[in-house]
Amino acid sequence: MELNGAQIVIQSLKDEGVEYIFGYPGGAVLHLYDAIFQQDDVKHILVRHEQAATHAADGYARATGKPGVVLVTSGPGATNAVTGIATAYLDSIPLVVISGQVSSPVIGSDAFQEVDMVGITRPCVKHNFLVKDVNKLAETIKKAFYVATTGRPGPVVIDIPKDITDPKIKVPYKYPKKVTMRSYNPAVAGHKGQIKKAVDLLLDAEKPMIYSGGGVVLGEASKELTKLAHLLGYPVTNTLMGLGAFPATDKQFVGMLGMHGTYEANMAMHESDVIIAIGARFDDRVTGKLDQFCPYAKIIHIDIDPASISKTVKVDVPIVGDVKPVLEQMLEMIKESDKKPDKKKLESWWNQIEKWRAVKCLEYDRNSAIIKPQYVIEQLYEVTKGDAYITSDVGQHQMYAAQYYHFDKPRRWINSGGLGTMGFGLPAAIGVKLAFPEADVACVTGEASIQMCIQELSTALQYNTPVKIVNLNNRYMGMVRQWQEFTYESRYSHSYMDTIPDFVKLADAYGHVGMRIDKPEEVRPALEQAFAMKDRTVFLDIITDRTENVYPMIEAGKGHHDMKLRVAPGTPTDRELA
Amino acid sequence: MRHIISILMENEAGALSRVAGLFSARGYNIESLTVAPTEEPSLSRMTLVTRGSDDIIEQITKQLNKLIDVVKLIDLAESSHIERELMMVKVKTTDQTRGEIINLTDIFRGRIIDVTPTSYVVEMTGTSDKLDAFIAAIDSGNIIEVVRSGPTGISRGEKGLHL
Repeated sequence: MELNGAQIVIQSLKDEGVEYIFGYPGGAVLHLYDAIFQQDDVKHILVRHEQAATHAADGYARATGKPGVVLVTSGPGATNAVTGIATAYLDSIPLVVISGQVSSPVIGSDAFQEVDMVGITRPCVKHNFLVKDVNKLAETIKKAFYVATTGRPGPVVIDIPKDITDPKIKVPYKYPKKVTMRSYNPAVAGHKGQIKKAVDLLLDAEKPMIYSGGGVVLGEASKELTKLAHLLGYPVTNTLMGLGAFPATDKQFVGMLGMHGTYEANMAMHESDVIIAIGARFDDRVTGKLDQFCPYAKIIHIDIDPASISKTVKVDVPIVGDVKPVLEQMLEMIKESDKKPDKKKLESWWNQIEKWRAVKCLEYDRNSAIIKPQYVIEQLYEVTKGDAYITSDVGQHQMYAAQYYHFDKPRRWINSGGLGTMGFGLPAAIGVKLAFPEADVACVTGEASIQMCIQELSTALQYNTPVKIVNLNNRYMGMVRQWQEFTYESRYSHSYMDTIPDFVKLADAYGHVGMRIDKPEEVRPALEQAFAMKDRTVFLDIITDRTENVYPMIEAGKGHHDMKLRVAPGTPTDRELA
Repeated sequence: MRHIISILMENEAGALSRVAGLFSARGYNIESLTVAPTEEPSLSRMTLVTRGSDDIIEQITKQLNKLIDVVKLIDLAESSHIERELMMVKVKTTDQTRGEIINLTDIFRGRIIDVTPTSYVVEMTGTSDKLDAFIAAIDSGNIIEVVRSGPTGISRGEKGLHL
């Protein structure tokens, strides 16, 4: 079969099984858009800004496990996509981003809409390619998907000069079934001896902790993780990226750990004697002050990326490998082992944990006349029966969603954890809804974050992706305000906007349903009404307490055992005082 | 500690910038860097000299290995190896200084490869220390310019860095 470059790109995507491309046209990709126009297999989703294309593809990828595909033009199209590429990179999300480039002969001449996309994205991609020969186009696309989806996943950019997609130049086309790269062989199986060592250490533990992260979600290993936890009876904590990998409603779950993790999770980490880190990377928001991190623990670390191991925290038993097969092997060895966890010691460990749990670090004032953001998330959880896909932006609302929506399944919690990208939530929700049209999809956001990609309300109408936007409107950039309160003596420098749009009218203007809710008793009915409107995008503008803070909190430079709580253990709660 | 990392990588545009970019992005230092294609034209061999604690060097080698263009690498400093650097020094010459420069060049086993009425170019290979010693031995006022390749190295014995 002979095809031109533009047709090769689209045919390759089709052969790769791509369902959706998220993109925006422009000069350098006009040949490609002409090829898109002449087929129906690969559906193109026209966003309103290239950043949103990457976030939507990213949301699609996080929810489905399949790579997200983006198409943007050269120059500003490409640079607009960079934030989304970096977002995917920090959370190890597989994306293939195709960017147009000026024609090969004018590359380097500061041509119209020319930027060095390969250079600009180099530090925030897993790999990138500049295609110089149309004969290598199909193979390059295959390589891009291979690199993006295997090993530790990540975004891959393919920069295609306009002349490579010239409709007049046709070459033989065959999409390779497989590619091998001599310089890229991601590890799969873990080292048996290391796994054995880990098992011995685990079975000898007196105060064990299972600390699992996004790698368990990406590696489709949540079943194995759950089996391991149940077999051992050990407590489990998840990172922000790992939520849902172990059911939050399981009694062995002690909550999220880290800066806004639960008191019990962080105290248990601090006191633990053996920690097994599974697909987690000891991020600074998790560890707090490094020299106070888990001072009594021997650490086992399973990760597919050798560079993640002993990067910030020195580990005792490193295991490089894909979490799923490693956990399977571990389960076998535990079952075969003569050793069993010491029941008595485990029981006293659980008793200790229950004491920390009894502090109820997530309690808040439930009698408030002003809507508390935590209450909204609890109601959202109940109304959606804990089974919705929740995307979020970045800030306080993100932490409330992580703390109060109890994710029981992986891939349901979709947020920008590593890069912390405001504007992520709405386009990501659109991507999720396209993948799962029948599922409930909500974007938990704030009035600051939502304005960063608000234009995508228009995309949501065009493609009929009825998501529910839960806007926790506290008239502040809440997390910035919280830090300013705690560490800058309440000097609220530019953490509020003097003008905020009327979101109800705005939703209406974009063709959606807008609701304003400002009384606690209206929250539940409004959410029920919104989710009952199956075919409408609903923007719920919920006026919440301006001064509410996210608790508990490990402030910068402190350790896990040194948490700031809403109320100190033993002191009465707001409710008891009222 | 000083480490010499020898890297076999795809001989492709942009591969060098991936390595250099990795070092600047992660705040590692590069003391010297030399690169050229190997006997297999699709591969380049890079020799990179860096300094850092064991932890840092471990991260550097892991991060380098993660780059898709990197095929293989070794830290030469971990085992017995040979290290050489090429230097060319252009010096001013007068009737009084010529003899001394010729003598020193002989002592250091260098060669004079360009001669004009007023200058010599001395070519010398050796370890970086030896080249430093030569520079120290000649009168700095007579040096017109010095160009050094940066060290390159190879491990001793039968084993080698190849596909």
